[in-house]
Amino acid sequence: MIRACTVDELPPGESVRIPGAPAVAVFHTEAGELYAIDDTCTHQDASLADGWLEGCFVECPLHAALFDLRTGVPTCLPAKEPVRTYPVLVDDGVVYVQGVAGEDAA
Amino acid sequence: MKRVAVVGASLAGVRAAQELRAQGYDAGIVLIGEEPHLPYDRPPLSKAFLAGTASPASLELLDAGDLASLALDFRLGVRATALEPSNRRVLLSDGGSVHADGVVIATGGRARTLPGFEGAHTLRTLDDAVALRSSLVPGVRVAIVGAGFIGAEVASTCRSLGLDVVVLEALAAPLAPVLGPSLAAVCARLHRDHGTDLRCGVAVAGMDAAGVHLADGSLVPADVVVTGVGMTPATDWLAGSGLKVGDGVHTDAGLVTSLPSVVAVGDVARYHAGGTGRRHEHWTNASEQAPVAVANLLAGRTTRTYEPSGYVWSDQYSGTLQLAGHPRPDDTLSYVDGDPASSSFVAAFQRDGETVGVFALNNAKLFNRLRRQALRRPATV
Repeated sequence: MIRACTVDELPPGESVRIPGAPAVAVFHTEAGELYAIDDTCTHQDASLADGWLEGCFVECPLHAALFDLRTGVPTCLPAKEPVRTYPVLVDDGVVYVQGVAGEDAA
Repeated sequence: MKRVAVVGASLAGVRAAQELRAQGYDAGIVLIGEEPHLPYDRPPLSKAFLAGTASPASLELLDAGDLASLALDFRLGVRATALEPSNRRVLLSDGGSVHADGVVIATGGRARTLPGFEGAHTLRTLDDAVALRSSLVPGVRVAIVGAGFIGAEVASTCRSLGLDVVVLEALAAPLAPVLGPSLAAVCARLHRDHGTDLRCGVAVAGMDAAGVHLADGSLVPADVVVTGVGMTPATDWLAGSGLKVGDGVHTDAGLVTSLPSVVAVGDVARYHAGGTGRRHEHWTNASEQAPVAVANLLAGRTTRTYEPSGYVWSDQYSGTLQLAGHPRPDDTLSYVDGDPASSSFVAAFQRDGETVGVFALNNAKLFNRLRRQALRRPATV
């Protein structure tokens, strides 16, 4: 489990990239849900944390592949492979991502 | 409709087939493809596939699950040779034919060739890429005619393979009619920063075993020559069909031809909007047109019109270039972030006080924000 950020640092509609191998992206949807997925688009090297968040989907900033944050499954081309999803925990105002080894976000 | 024939098995054709199913059409779909391969994605052909880092399997547009769920009747390795609307038939090069109540024309185009350049490589198909890749052995000198997206991407890949590359461009700067002088200079800089010998304002005369001969009589020595000078829409098979063709298949603003049972999508579709005909040769366009064309085909009339996003990307050397909107080279360009000398920037095209285009080099996040805000594009549907 790694510490991502505080809840205050991640307002609704925002995302944060946690460096590591693999890098992970954490999203806070407008509806208030928190999701964590692998940050790198499975189609081509691009950071999904830089992508456009719409509901519980994120659009890759390069080629507009759309990933479902709940499942990691792309809903359209050009991506075909899913990204991994991770459980997110909030404890005492801090957001943690489970099941990933990585550095804490700065 | 009991059967729809989709003529052309590249991205536009595949997206049309997917949209037919997504929009509830559950009868027969025949997908006709001139190439023997299952549908594949073209953008990597000039990049990772040409560099040898992407396999043919990684290009496939449909996996086993897609193939099962779409239930397509493939006719691969045959070309459509004629459309007979009165008989509702598409004739095929193997002598057979397909009876269809609806037709989606997605035949794309063929790489343009230049007189005097017999033996030069072009890059449009998987087979083209395989042939070019096999000739890119260590030590060869590569000459590329044309500094558009394909020419620039091939040059970039060849440099990554350690080859000497000369790019010969007729214009004063690469892509100047699309991007305007300032951004064209950025594209030129990318070539030069990465050791490509870019020569602009050059007229080519022909090639032989020694290399490329220029109109001024000089020789550019080369072992491998690639021409990247655009494409010609594949409409020859529609002669006699009654459909209007001429730089593509003419359609209305909803991608419907003069026959309501025939629509066109992708590179070959020349749709008319605002009094002018427009055609786009982009991946995103091929993908975005399918839902509109299919909705109109199933409705039997034009119920939706096509609004192009104008989104184009190109990966060249260390740069990812992104363009959205429909700028003209004489629009006013302003740098929203960074400047043309930086390795990352975002610029906006303005006309009559309105933002009509956004361009970015290595700044996807800001690009997408501006693209949505300034161009008022709806979110992805």
